[in-house]
Amino acid sequence: MTRECQITGIDTRRRSFLKTSLGAAAVAIAPGMLLLDTAHGQSVSGKVRWGMLIDTAQCKAGCNECVTACNRENGLSGETKPTDSQWIRKVELKDVGSGHELSLPMMCQHCEHPPCVDVCPTTASFKRADGIVLVDKHRCIGCRYCMMACPYKARSFVHEPLHDQNPDVPRGKGTVEACTFCVHRVDQGQQPACAEACPNKAILFGDLNDPESEIAKKVRSVASVQVRVDLRLNPGIRYQGL
Amino acid sequence: MPAHSPLHFKNRLYYALLAAGGLVVLAGLYAVYLMEHHGHIITGMDDQIVWGMPHVFAIFLIVAASGVLNVASIGSVFGKADYKARAPLAGLLSIAMLAGGLTVLMLDLGRPDRIIVAATNYNITSVFAWNVLLYSGMFALVAVYLWMMMERRMNPWSKPAGFAVFAWRFILTTGTGLIFAFLVARQAYASALLPPLFIVISFAWGMAAFLVAQAAIYAWNDKEPDPEITRRMKNLLGVFIIGTLYLVAAYHLTNLYFAHQTGFERFILLDGGIYPQLFWWGYVVIGNILPLLLIHAPSLGKNKCVIAASMLVILGGFAFLYVFIIGGQAYPLNIFPGYQASSSFGDGQIAAYHPSIYEFLLGFGGLAIAFTITLVGVRVLNFMPQDKPHIAD
Repeated sequence: MTRECQITGIDTRRRSFLKTSLGAAAVAIAPGMLLLDTAHGQSVSGKVRWGMLIDTAQCKAGCNECVTACNRENGLSGETKPTDSQWIRKVELKDVGSGHELSLPMMCQHCEHPPCVDVCPTTASFKRADGIVLVDKHRCIGCRYCMMACPYKARSFVHEPLHDQNPDVPRGKGTVEACTFCVHRVDQGQQPACAEACPNKAILFGDLNDPESEIAKKVRSVASVQVRVDLRLNPGIRYQGL
Repeated sequence: MPAHSPLHFKNRLYYALLAAGGLVVLAGLYAVYLMEHHGHIITGMDDQIVWGMPHVFAIFLIVAASGVLNVASIGSVFGKADYKARAPLAGLLSIAMLAGGLTVLMLDLGRPDRIIVAATNYNITSVFAWNVLLYSGMFALVAVYLWMMMERRMNPWSKPAGFAVFAWRFILTTGTGLIFAFLVARQAYASALLPPLFIVISFAWGMAAFLVAQAAIYAWNDKEPDPEITRRMKNLLGVFIIGTLYLVAAYHLTNLYFAHQTGFERFILLDGGIYPQLFWWGYVVIGNILPLLLIHAPSLGKNKCVIAASMLVILGGFAFLYVFIIGGQAYPLNIFPGYQASSSFGDGQIAAYHPSIYEFLLGFGGLAIAFTITLVGVRVLNFMPQDKPHIAD
């Protein structure tokens, strides 16, 4: 009888200890779970393929509005020394045969098969389900192999300490960066800064996978090309009139 | 007492050399500290020339580290007694140069403090990530190989260990060549010839590094290598030099055959300023023709000539890598075939590169690491080749 009482006594204490522990654990984990949920936000859909159609006939030589808007939005200095980051640049082209001249913006082409993602040793370069190619600044070790591999010279390396960053666009000294398609804006249903800033509406941004989207309709109706199509990377950016 | 004075002198010389090596390593580390503090802005590298002088040093050391094991392989795998006696020294040199090269490569990273991420987030499609395994595996294998050779009880295992090292270093140098060969968009690099080219140049550079180290050890011990052994080794170096010349010629000739590559070849071989100069004078003349003359010309080919030839091969190796790595990036990417391009980001323009003192300090720091490991290694363990009376194989 005494032995039974002892056992019951021990069991009660153990039960209450377990209850308290479980309660404490729940209280400790719950805020973390909530934060995790907030951090993940809405999940990115693989049904979407973000892309751009750039009409070179509407892009004027000497106009730099897209570049200025990109620099402002992403907190870049706007300087053009060889060590300064340029996420988007205006390229002036002259056809060697005909002499025809054109001007166009060049940036990360957000390839379906991005060489930068293939070569990155730490998986810091990655492609989101919606086709946006990004660099995880916490994983990038700054080896610059992606810069060697990119056929479009779209990436920059941060050569100096940074100040006054835009909180929506984290950057880091010693890491590689490139156009993000203004992912922080796109996730809120807005357009990339360059597309919004273009005075001639030469940059059309949208979902290439949605047959009813303006960009998908235009890609179907006008002739456009991908740069270095021979490499078969299937970039998300197409150029009209190139 | 007078009989002790040469030993006393050597002791002092050893510590002086150790101190010199250590100082250069410290200077390299100071450059790294400044590069980490200020960023890569203090180097000559930028967004056009993303890999610079540190990579020239690092890749030379890594390629030579693989090639120097050729001496060991000829001994362990092909059973040549003269080379077997030199296998331990070859193993030590390999570990030393690999350590120096990898240190430079790692400390040049934008975030060397995150190097552990390369192990925790492994990308199976990345040649760089493959090389992380290949290089660390090489360290372990060569260490085991040295143990098998230098511990009498383990001697029976030295042959299988030698085979493993032989296979591993082929794969490793293939991996180093592939880092460039897979860069399909760059005119200088996308070529299937690069892995075999890197393997053959590793033979020549490794052999040259070995001959210089061997000469220093013999001199230290007041000995002269057997002339017959010198003759064999210099002939082998000559074969390797001709092999590298052949493959380098094949690489450029195939490029010349492709019409879209002729612009790049013209730049590297003819009108690219420093790059053709370094290619023809630095690599072809100093790094190949002169060493071949020193090795094979009648009345030459003695010990001193072989050492001079080896040093010239090493210099030529640096010239080759400078042209290959920096020149390959300086020539503009052909993003818009058929168009002349210009922009604020160097499109269509030859990129300029002026290496800074910090890059050289880091590179020489890597050489000094290799030097110091070798110096301490030969001091504390017996790496002096123990030749038996020469018998023709």
